[in-house]
Amino acid sequence: MRIVVCLKVVPRPEEVKVNLESKTLDRAGARSVLNPADVNALETALAFRDTVGGKVTVLSMGPPQFEPYLRVAPAVGADEAVLLSDRAFGGADTLATSYTLATAIGKIGGADLIVCGEESSDGGTSQVPPSIAEWLDASQATYVERIVSGKSAATVLATRVLENGKETVELDLPAVVSVVVGANEPRFIDYDRWAFAQSASVKVLDFAALGGDPQYLGLKGSPTTVAGLREVRKPGRRREVLTVTADDAAARIKAEIERAGLVRN
Amino acid sequence: MTGANDGGCWVYAERQGDSFLSVSLELLGKARELADRLGGELTALTVGGNSGAGAPLRRYGPDHVLELTHPLLATYDAKAYATAIGAELSKSKPSALLLGATRNGQDLAGRLAVRMRTGLTAHVTGIELDDRQNLVGWVPGFGGGIEAGVSCPVRRPQMVTVRPGVFPLPEGRTPTGDVREVVPELSEKDLGSRRVSFEVKGSSVDLTRAGVIVVGGRGTGGDFTRLEKLARLLGGEVGATRIATDAGWVERDRMIGQTGVITHPKLVLVLGASGAVQFTVGIDRASTVVAVNRDPSAPIFDHADLGIVGDLGPVVDSLLRALEA
Ligand SMILES: Cc1cc2nc3c(=O)[nH]c(=O)nc-3n(C[C@H](O)[C@H](O)[C@H](O)COP(=O)(O)OP(=O)(O)OC[C@H]3O[C@@H](n4cnc5c(N)ncnc54)[C@H](O)[C@@H]3O)c2cc1C
Ligand SMILES: Nc1ncnc2c1ncn2[C@@H]1O[C@H](COP(=O)(O)O)[C@@H](O)[C@H]1O
Repeated sequence: MRIVVCLKVVPRPEEVKVNLESKTLDRAGARSVLNPADVNALETALAFRDTVGGKVTVLSMGPPQFEPYLRVAPAVGADEAVLLSDRAFGGADTLATSYTLATAIGKIGGADLIVCGEESSDGGTSQVPPSIAEWLDASQATYVERIVSGKSAATVLATRVLENGKETVELDLPAVVSVVVGANEPRFIDYDRWAFAQSASVKVLDFAALGGDPQYLGLKGSPTTVAGLREVRKPGRRREVLTVTADDAAARIKAEIERAGLVRN
Repeated sequence: MTGANDGGCWVYAERQGDSFLSVSLELLGKARELADRLGGELTALTVGGNSGAGAPLRRYGPDHVLELTHPLLATYDAKAYATAIGAELSKSKPSALLLGATRNGQDLAGRLAVRMRTGLTAHVTGIELDDRQNLVGWVPGFGGGIEAGVSCPVRRPQMVTVRPGVFPLPEGRTPTGDVREVVPELSEKDLGSRRVSFEVKGSSVDLTRAGVIVVGGRGTGGDFTRLEKLARLLGGEVGATRIATDAGWVERDRMIGQTGVITHPKLVLVLGASGAVQFTVGIDRASTVVAVNRDPSAPIFDHADLGIVGDLGPVVDSLLRALEA
């Protein structure tokens, strides 16, 4: 089984600063982490490979500074890590991001199963996984908590977590799945592999190496634009703030509840 | 398809069993207004295994109801649904397609956007029109109270997914519009997946309809028993921040905010939540907000009518006593 895990490096949300004057986000000062859902995706892929055999390749698109973060993947047992990095990929929305990732999957030899996270934590949309599936004409199952082998080698069984229950589908391969945060307990770094991980080079593919149709890449391939940033309108609130004893606080809150017409005596 | 605006607005009306999700009806209400301002028509699109299911949508003001029916569409499959819907979009070329930001709605939207080679703005909490009549979807950003307006000026349809509860649920009215049924050409090989089982969740809650919500954040430390008691006494429901649902303290369908639901209660009591913008977008439509937080500089106090600075534990205990008295 050839498995590709799409892994994104995201800024720590609490370290991203907002410049209120220019109304822009300053991510430069923020340290990064692996996107939480993608860590669960990686664990899903490794565990599945460990039962059915095969190879796990980790794939990420982003600036060269992502490289050290991707070394964690071989340290926990991934076979290969690939970083897609080029100015031409920058400014991508979900259409362009998914195109670039899908093109790279073809370039590195294709995949039977592509495992993503449910959503990226830096304002992500959860749209990249189904979009990759469409570019590759693969089937898809999003918000998955579990995958197991199917009846034949051409399928897997995926359990999706939906609003009203859990759906298990028989999914034709090749397929893209996206894994929910907390689906599993990610394994620890294997220190016996740490040396290997450091020597295992992260393969970097730039535009020239990737190929692909430039009209679908980066800013040019992104039909959405940020038309503006603004402060969220603050609601008209009384903003009465009190530091009082717990009993006084409770009395005030109770009065508020009564005022809202909610206490039933 | 370039940036024309004469193709009308479409809404994907998602079904659960025989009924439509309220987020789909909310979108029909908003899209009616958008279509009128754009001078175009409103089409409600529904997909399923049996014909006739779309008729109830006529009560929400559409000019047309389009039913795509086929036995292979009886349960949701992204590939088959995208094939059936994509063909109709290519034929009719609507200006906009709105979908509820439910799990299957997002699953479908991501696939369809690529099929149509168009832009998609995901889980917005507001829609406006710019001066060229393009849809602008507003998405709350990182902390600091900023939201970004995202538009798709160059491609059609403009695709947007919207959180439940963002727009008011319209009242059902006298039916309007015609119902057209299309049976797409599909075969087994157009399916990417087949449902083998479905385990219905025992209880599911819809916080967009709750009148009172008691919200717990990280500051609760994970103990929600007293919050549940409080909610029961007030005839309301428990809600939570994402930190609390991600930690598994509370089920995920009780998450409030950009990734959760947008609520409109009469009263919300927010306990131990800092007031990140992704959360506050979900409570800013409440009639009254009361917040308890031990940090006097917590941004939540800007979103509250009454704020109590202090440890939530003793305040909750006193409040329970006061309400039970
Ligand atoms: C793309 C994206 C989408 C998101 N969507 C959502 C969403 O839909 N909903 C959501 O909630 N979040 C969402 N978030 C996360 C959001 O940014 C915040 O991280 C989250 O809302 C914080 O939750 P919290 O207030 O419970 O925790 P914290 O921010 O850690 O705040 C805890 C608060 O509790 C107070 N406290 C601690 N102990 C006590 C005590 N004993 N008594 C009183 N007060 C106490 C502290 O002073 C603090 O203010 C999203 C983030 C991103 C990036
Ligand atoms: N730049 C990227 N590089 C690798 N994977 C990505 C990238 N962007 C998104 N993904 C994958 O798509 C998932 C959903 O992301 P999003 O659609 O941005 O919310 C993530 O959890 C990743 O698995």
